[in-house]
Amino acid sequence: MILGAYFPGVNHDTVWSDPASGSHIDFASFEHWARTAERGTFDLLFLAEGLRLRTRGGQVFDQDVVGRPDTFTVLASLAAVTEHIGLAGTINSTFNEPYELARKFATLDILSGGRAAWNVVTSSDADTGENFRRGGYLGHSQRYERAGETLDAVRALWDSWGSDAVVADPASGRFLRDGHVGDFAFRGAQFDIAGRFSTPRSPQGHPVVLQAGESPAGRDFAASRSDAIFSRYQKFDEARAFYADVKARVAKVGRDPDQVKILPSASVILGDTEAEARDRHRDVRSRQVDPFTAIVLAEMVWNRDLSQVDPDGPVPELDPTPDAPKWIRGRAPLTQDAHGTAEAWRALGREHGWSLREVVTHVFDRAEFVGTPAQVAAEIDRYVQNDAVDGFILGSYVSPAGLDEVVEKVVPQLRDRGVLRDRYTGSTLREHLGLRPPAGLGEPPAAARTAS
Amino acid sequence: MAPIHLAVALDGAGWHPAAWREPGARPDLLFTARYWAALARAAERGLLDLVTIEDGLGLQSGDHLAAGIDGADRRTDQVRGRLDAELVAAFVAPLTRHVGLVPTVTTTHTEPFHIASAISTLDHDSHGRAGWRVQTSARADEAAHFGRRMLPEIRRETLDTPETVAAVADLFEEAADAVEVVRRLWDSWEDDAEIRDAATNRFLDRDKIHTIDFEGRFFSVRGPGIVPRSPQGQPLVVALAHARAAYELAARAADVVFTTPQGAADIPAILGEIRAAQHAVGRTLPPLRVLADLVVVLDTDADAAHARLRRLEEHGPLRSDAAVLAGTPTALADLLESWRDEGVDGSRLRPAVLPTDLDAIVDRLVPQLQERGLFRTAYGPGTLRERFGLERPASRYAGVAA
Repeated sequence: MILGAYFPGVNHDTVWSDPASGSHIDFASFEHWARTAERGTFDLLFLAEGLRLRTRGGQVFDQDVVGRPDTFTVLASLAAVTEHIGLAGTINSTFNEPYELARKFATLDILSGGRAAWNVVTSSDADTGENFRRGGYLGHSQRYERAGETLDAVRALWDSWGSDAVVADPASGRFLRDGHVGDFAFRGAQFDIAGRFSTPRSPQGHPVVLQAGESPAGRDFAASRSDAIFSRYQKFDEARAFYADVKARVAKVGRDPDQVKILPSASVILGDTEAEARDRHRDVRSRQVDPFTAIVLAEMVWNRDLSQVDPDGPVPELDPTPDAPKWIRGRAPLTQDAHGTAEAWRALGREHGWSLREVVTHVFDRAEFVGTPAQVAAEIDRYVQNDAVDGFILGSYVSPAGLDEVVEKVVPQLRDRGVLRDRYTGSTLREHLGLRPPAGLGEPPAAARTAS
Repeated sequence: MAPIHLAVALDGAGWHPAAWREPGARPDLLFTARYWAALARAAERGLLDLVTIEDGLGLQSGDHLAAGIDGADRRTDQVRGRLDAELVAAFVAPLTRHVGLVPTVTTTHTEPFHIASAISTLDHDSHGRAGWRVQTSARADEAAHFGRRMLPEIRRETLDTPETVAAVADLFEEAADAVEVVRRLWDSWEDDAEIRDAATNRFLDRDKIHTIDFEGRFFSVRGPGIVPRSPQGQPLVVALAHARAAYELAARAADVVFTTPQGAADIPAILGEIRAAQHAVGRTLPPLRVLADLVVVLDTDADAAHARLRRLEEHGPLRSDAAVLAGTPTALADLLESWRDEGVDGSRLRPAVLPTDLDAIVDRLVPQLQERGLFRTAYGPGTLRERFGLERPASRYAGVAA
């Protein structure tokens, strides 16, 4: 199976008030986390991104962890203190240009010896544009068009250096194989770029591409273009349905379904007994979704100030206002159908007799794996053996040390089951994941070569 | 007199375009992690102030002022290709403890917001050793790699046309705006913004986070930044300057300026120009620290050094803005001392061949300078800024209502 680790960060899941909670900025935190995951022979590390601070009603949101370091920079530093583990960064395609993305990821892949991965996301938040030269808002369809063209252009750039482009032979005086190394041209609705790429081909040729596609269009996009899909579907039946749906879409576009890995995120909560784990889970959930956080998460759906609503009362009957100016900014939207989601929450409340806070706690529970280490290992294995997932991206509510007990207690169980490696056998992330190398060696077009 | 500051400029196989053919060069390793780790460690062994790492968003060119729109010269006999300098610096940060890490990042195409986040994070990861060498790009081929703006194609014969002069002036003005944005973003989190106050359930004191609300001719950036304030607060900003427009950019934006005297006699005039530029722009930062750039070919005797330079030049001349010294470490120490006596704060040496000339700097020049009392014998504590006598500034927004 595939195992990744996400760094607990900027959202209510991270309980910063926990005594074990450390810095989410200092490099020592990232180094501790990375070394732990590598000790557990995980496949990859995973960093999220944010390009603006979250605001609520126009004020910087101050209750959750706020602030984060630059993803590329942290991953390059981590490349120096790890040897095997994959280094995946979430990087926006809306506010970055293909030439820079291609050279950053190629450089990271070279510096890490073939361990780079890119989680391609788009930005929906027009306010994020206020921090960037290109500014402005891209509609939903244009964002995907730009994301697709960005990915195509980046791959064209990666392919512009053949794997034998650098000769570097002092005897013959030839450094480059020919004078057209790096030639590229890409024209689309979003980009019209041409010239010569400046970074040599990296060990993986194409760093691994991850995507998070949930809507039908997003799933098709991911099925046709990505190597792995990062999903939110953690419940067993949902996960199986998603797995079957996406693998079918992959086959439909003529790709090998085994070459697109499905990796939901999940959080683990352990105890020496099942009862202890359940107690701990309840405690963590009550700290993650405190009364105020319950209101804020509901505001994500209602798009209005709910501070007058009682979190311990029923899910409010008042209508969401999805078309009003955004009340919370800098977070990906939770739903495209605010009225439907609000009604579903009310139904949950009626069915179980739950308060708003209890409904929110249930809806946002990321901890699919609660139990003893043996139970958690068995449950993770059950997902993998039953075509629900190809693996998981695991996290914890404590940053950065929350991964420690997973590696100390669950990893040996998974190894005993024979489903997790006990040492790395490949050198690149593609090899860890069982992904074939990209087609071809990145030869430039013959037409260009003949002109030299 | 104060000791001198010594920086080294790292680029590919060395500063000379034929460097990669030399016996000591490692052309097979240029695009590997261990090559750059070894160079940074060598610089640290020599107690150097900092290393700069060259970069650009296009392929190297033997002479871009002679080139066509596609950047090129389509030569195959010189080093072509680069790694991203900021990521190389980030990679070597955990492998070193003292040496300053100063990657080049262009302001012409790269987003100031991304630059601010990246250099601030480099400062966190290196515990206060990050710098940024500000560079503009007037190359039309680089602009075509982004497709967002057109730049006039500049050739040697069109350097002085009004169109070129105006375009270059705009690039410098844009660079000054970019540095202003980056510096404001670095200050947009006050030092003690993160409070983790469980009693009030507040992670952050939102009154200590500030928008920067920059609006300029070329772009607008609202802020705040996403990275908490870094160990240096303001990482070191450096710029290379040869002429008035660039001196003024340095005076407006930089902490350290690299200059290119052709000899000791040039230095008083250069320092005068820098003083005038600082006066003209109304500089409020501490006075610019001035380092003089020099390309070096070093050998144990002068004849051997000259022979090495001749061998390099057989493959084509080095087109250099900076003076070139081929000689002994003693000759170089004499020259650095004489330049220091004319008033520069130190030098940035550009090794003609890597690692050969870097090793000569570290193992032979540095001991000579130490014997003369001109160079440190151990790294002191403190950040890169402090090494240059620059205090850690308070955030410009401290005490300002958010």
